[in-house]
Amino acid sequence: MLELTDKNVLVTGASSGIGKQTAFQLSHLGANCFICGRNRERLTSSFNQLKTVEGQVHNRFEADLSGVEDIKLLIDKLPVLDGVVCNAGLVKTKPLKYIDEKLIDDIFDVNTKAIILLISGLLRAKKIKKGASICMVSSISTYKHTPANSVYSASKSALNAFTTSSALELAKKKIRVNAVLPGFIQTNLLENDDVGSEQLKKHLNNYPLGRFGKPEDVANVICFLLSDKSEWMTGNLIKIDGGFSIH
Amino acid sequence: MKDKLIEEFKDILELEDETIEADSNFRDYDDWDSIAALSVMAYLDSEFNFSIKAEDFKQINTINQLVALMNKNA
Repeated sequence: MLELTDKNVLVTGASSGIGKQTAFQLSHLGANCFICGRNRERLTSSFNQLKTVEGQVHNRFEADLSGVEDIKLLIDKLPVLDGVVCNAGLVKTKPLKYIDEKLIDDIFDVNTKAIILLISGLLRAKKIKKGASICMVSSISTYKHTPANSVYSASKSALNAFTTSSALELAKKKIRVNAVLPGFIQTNLLENDDVGSEQLKKHLNNYPLGRFGKPEDVANVICFLLSDKSEWMTGNLIKIDGGFSIH
Repeated sequence: MKDKLIEEFKDILELEDETIEADSNFRDYDDWDSIAALSVMAYLDSEFNFSIKAEDFKQINTINQLVALMNKNA
């Protein structure tokens, strides 16, 4: 049984999808959840569904982590953390020929730069406890590539490298750093994708377990990585993809 | 606008020695696929600042239809 009572955990990108589900499950395991997202209404909805028992405290912060100022403000408001889930992410599909600087900045700012600055800032502010666990939400696209997804894949591959490098550096403090690499998850992020639903139906044939992922498929593993049950795991890039990457 | 679109479609559909008529169904060409669709949408956005959703673009089959839609939304 996973146990996270009295643990302070930050979840970014908690307004929807994997982040929302992760915060929900963490609250059921007893954690104090500090959630952030860009959309106030959806963030409030995520916040309101968190389970609260006596002694359990949650908080929410409206923040756009693509901006350095918002990252600093967030760090100032947070307590000392036992866990961090870096989930906020941005998907934009564009064929190589049409990539411009803005697209690269938009994607890397959220998927890579914001996470590096957040973790660095939290460490500098001494807000990550010894023995804490950090979990990055990366992507299976760092292993199995799809066309028109090069910038997104590159940003998440950079995140993978940051994960393993950080794991090595922080091991002395017994801070663990791992990443989960989900395949296609049925979230709003995906539904808003330009690929279209017909293309997705074809893509389903690539999933040996016969379905796309659900947010809870990923949240379950994140909760495990944040718990003491995974205390000998660090620097792992864990594929959660229904067998997609076997091919 | 139409001439530019024809040139871009020729490039996207890898048409070297032939052209594409404005009333031809571009979906019938061998090189038409999801990446070609994404390419057209990205081109419209970067060249004409015209954003179109994948679901709406599915209703378009010819360059003439595309031009009409863009003029309508201009």
